[in-house]
Amino acid sequence: MNSIVKVENLDRVFDVSKPWLNRVIERQPKAFLKAVTDVSFEIERNSVYALVGESGSGKSTIGKIVVGLLGKTGGRVEINGVDLETETDRAKVDAVRADIQMIFQDPYASLNPRWRVRDIIEEPVAALGRKTDGLAERLLEQVGLSAADASKYPHEFSGGQRQRICIARALASEPKMIVCDEPTSALDVSVQSQVLNLMSDLREEFGLTYLFISHDLTVVHHMADKIGVLYLGRLVEEAPRDVLFATPKHPYTQMLFDAAPRMDGFGREVEPPKGEIPDAINPPSGCAFHPRCPLATDLCKQKQPQMRQHGDTRVACHMVE
Amino acid sequence: MTTQNNTQSRLARAWDSDLAYSFRKTPMAIISAIVVILLILSALLAPWIAPLNPFDPSTLNLMNGFTPPSTPNAFTGETFLMGTDDQGRDVFSTILFGMRISLFVGFSAVFLAIILGVTLGLLAGYLGGWIETIIMRVADIQLTFPSIMVAMLIFGIAKGITPPEYRDQMAIWVLILAIGLSDWVQFARVVRGATLVEKNKEYVQAARLIGRSPVTIMLRHILPNVLNPVLVIATISLALAIIAEATLSFLGVGAPPTKPSLGTLIRIGQEYMFSGEWWILLFPAVTLLALALAINLLGDWLRDALNPRLR
Amino acid sequence: MENPILSVRNLVVEIPTRHGILRPVDNVSYDIHAGEILGVVGESGAGKSMTGNAVIGLLTRPANIKSGEIFLSGQPIHSLQGDALRQLRGKRMGMIFQDPLTSLNPLLTVGEQLTETIMEHLDVSYAQALDRAVAALDEVGIPAARARINSYPHEFSGGMRQRVVIALALCAEPELVIADEPTTALDVSVQAQIIALLKRLCRERGVAVMLVTHDMGVIAEAADRVAVMYAGSLAELGPVRDVILDADHPYTAGLMASTPLASQGQKRLRQIPGSMPRLGQLPPGCAFSPRCEFAQDKCKQDPGPTRETCNGRAACWFPLSSNAKQEATQ
Repeated sequence: MNSIVKVENLDRVFDVSKPWLNRVIERQPKAFLKAVTDVSFEIERNSVYALVGESGSGKSTIGKIVVGLLGKTGGRVEINGVDLETETDRAKVDAVRADIQMIFQDPYASLNPRWRVRDIIEEPVAALGRKTDGLAERLLEQVGLSAADASKYPHEFSGGQRQRICIARALASEPKMIVCDEPTSALDVSVQSQVLNLMSDLREEFGLTYLFISHDLTVVHHMADKIGVLYLGRLVEEAPRDVLFATPKHPYTQMLFDAAPRMDGFGREVEPPKGEIPDAINPPSGCAFHPRCPLATDLCKQKQPQMRQHGDTRVACHMVE
Repeated sequence: MTTQNNTQSRLARAWDSDLAYSFRKTPMAIISAIVVILLILSALLAPWIAPLNPFDPSTLNLMNGFTPPSTPNAFTGETFLMGTDDQGRDVFSTILFGMRISLFVGFSAVFLAIILGVTLGLLAGYLGGWIETIIMRVADIQLTFPSIMVAMLIFGIAKGITPPEYRDQMAIWVLILAIGLSDWVQFARVVRGATLVEKNKEYVQAARLIGRSPVTIMLRHILPNVLNPVLVIATISLALAIIAEATLSFLGVGAPPTKPSLGTLIRIGQEYMFSGEWWILLFPAVTLLALALAINLLGDWLRDALNPRLR
Repeated sequence: MENPILSVRNLVVEIPTRHGILRPVDNVSYDIHAGEILGVVGESGAGKSMTGNAVIGLLTRPANIKSGEIFLSGQPIHSLQGDALRQLRGKRMGMIFQDPLTSLNPLLTVGEQLTETIMEHLDVSYAQALDRAVAALDEVGIPAARARINSYPHEFSGGMRQRVVIALALCAEPELVIADEPTTALDVSVQAQIIALLKRLCRERGVAVMLVTHDMGVIAEAADRVAVMYAGSLAELGPVRDVILDADHPYTAGLMASTPLASQGQKRLRQIPGSMPRLGQLPPGCAFSPRCEFAQDKCKQDPGPTRETCNGRAACWFPLSSNAKQEATQ
């Protein structure tokens, strides 16, 4: 298997209990938020894997765990065959660290306002002790800005330009994989197209792999090769792009596709989805989607469905046969 | 795709910046700055512009005591611009030299408070956990005591442990220590709050991602971004530190009597206020007022100018 | 067609800054009729929010209305100040902001905020106002409305909060509602619910709606007509289907073509080169000319006139729709 990232049974639980004293006075139990539960997927080299979901789905959490910003409470994450938590060989850990980078959502908070662009871009390489002559200028040209921009400060740039600087920074250590957490959600449509084109071009040029996290289905349709759909911390469906958009199998995926506003949906009078995303601290029993699912049965209320293979798709639903 | 071409020199860009523009357009800031600079300059140049050196007992003549301003003394015939105090010291010269002490103590105390407060604030904000709890609880406890009391406590302890011969020499340093240690809390609080905000921003996460150590992140990434509010508090703290020094000297626990500061003069003057020798109190008090007020107004302007929401 | 509820004529908003006078809204005119939803679309900095703020009188100093007229049901409102303006707001104009968390007072219950608004603008007793408040919550789809009337905003989820905001905007029975990015902060499924709610309520009550957003999908599904703004000016105005599928202004056409939906199956999205100029750095002539593939010398000297095209109106010397081209060459 030519996978660069392997995630197995990933769990992440946050302890969101109130302080001990408050709990004693108010007589409340400890509260745990199950942000990610039993998620498994693999990302092939040189492909774009997209994680789609709404708030509370856990997609950002998974991205941060893969990249090493957050720890996990269960499961395994392997990057290039190396498990960052258990690996003892320092050299291997450093190599993997340089291999994986991240682009964030907010272009206004991703760059240190007091640093010059040159230092920002060169930091991933400078931190490893390697030489950085002319690196920033080269990368700036590559992302469509000019070498003269290296001496400037972030506030002199627009949102789209800042995102390009973030991309340049992500490329500095010559990574093999980049985790993109909603990279264009904060950008206008016309700027979005420029940034997405840049990302596609760079991927081809450098043979990169992307883990693309987004809630925008049209963008995901354009960029992704394979898509995983998350609901309340669990993977409910995973399929290659064309298969997923042509024949979504999970009721949640179908609801998502139906509800998303479309540019060719003039005067569309569609029945909007029922209910809202449930509370992650006290999720519904059995399948978390059953309160909103048109196909729900008693089985769905009692038993958590497992991921099963249906042709090219993996689905977790009792009603899909 | 290029951004604006900036061919101006560094100085020209600083002059053109929003901060400098705000300064130029606020008359009060300009006036306050002028007053402060004048006072600081006169303190710095005191050895050259003061007619007499009030710290040198050999120049004092008790017969000159209680001379009114700009009138010849009945006994010696000497004239003093602002009169003399009870020991014959020229009030004008004493103000100039006294300001040196006030300013030195003020700046040094604030400097100490900043170093201590910013460091502890950064550590508390970034590391969290029990470190944060301990630092913040100590800060809270200290805040329950009035800062002058804390200063006097430290002063008393220091006086107890230093041998008598060195007490006068050490007095200035103990003053600085006392005022600085009583002042660090507000810096720590502000820096901790700002650190908590910056800690969650993506650029800090990006730095963690590439494996930078917490110390590097705190010093190189977070510190430059939390200094704005520190600057504002520092100016106002400076004014308060100067007044604190004057208060301690007034109470008799500050500057030694051989090296009088503005506070000492005010104490002396206060004793003779109602018996007619008004000049011993008035001139030092007005100087102290001008200094503290000007610094305060500058701090006010700075706070408004740096507030991003008011821009 | 009956008289429009909102009529904006040649509106100009200026902001004096130390670097010169900026015009975030430059000579903008449009109408909104009863029961109609006008979408206002544009990139950040194009002036769409500023237009809405000018209409409802929420411009923050030093921004001010330099010239132009605004009529609400025929009554001029652009020069109203103080009390007169306040009476207008809430009673005849309602506003829905982007962030439901900060739009509601966290210290008052939902019921208190609703009854306060109702009693301020309608002549009813407290008991009647309370009934109306419960009915309003019910209408926007909040389950168990009578029980939840005493809940605080933080006890609702994001989508529910935005429904409360809509109820608040509509409770005094306004003629015009301005919604500034009402669904941007919400999840996709909640977005669909809020859009459907807005459409239904406004059509039922004959309220004119100005829907400001940057999301073309929302515009396509919710709006009847759409106004496209660029660098402070109105680039194009017309029925939503025509503007999206067959745009007249090259900017609109470029914008529609650059969306991922339009480039299905292709590896690269079509993109408009460059970026929208900042207000202080507008090029001479048409603001879009440096990026326009059809630009000619005339465009660089003189900003386009607003011409009636078969779609509606477009501010371009050479609008793209074939009929207009024929008109231009004749």
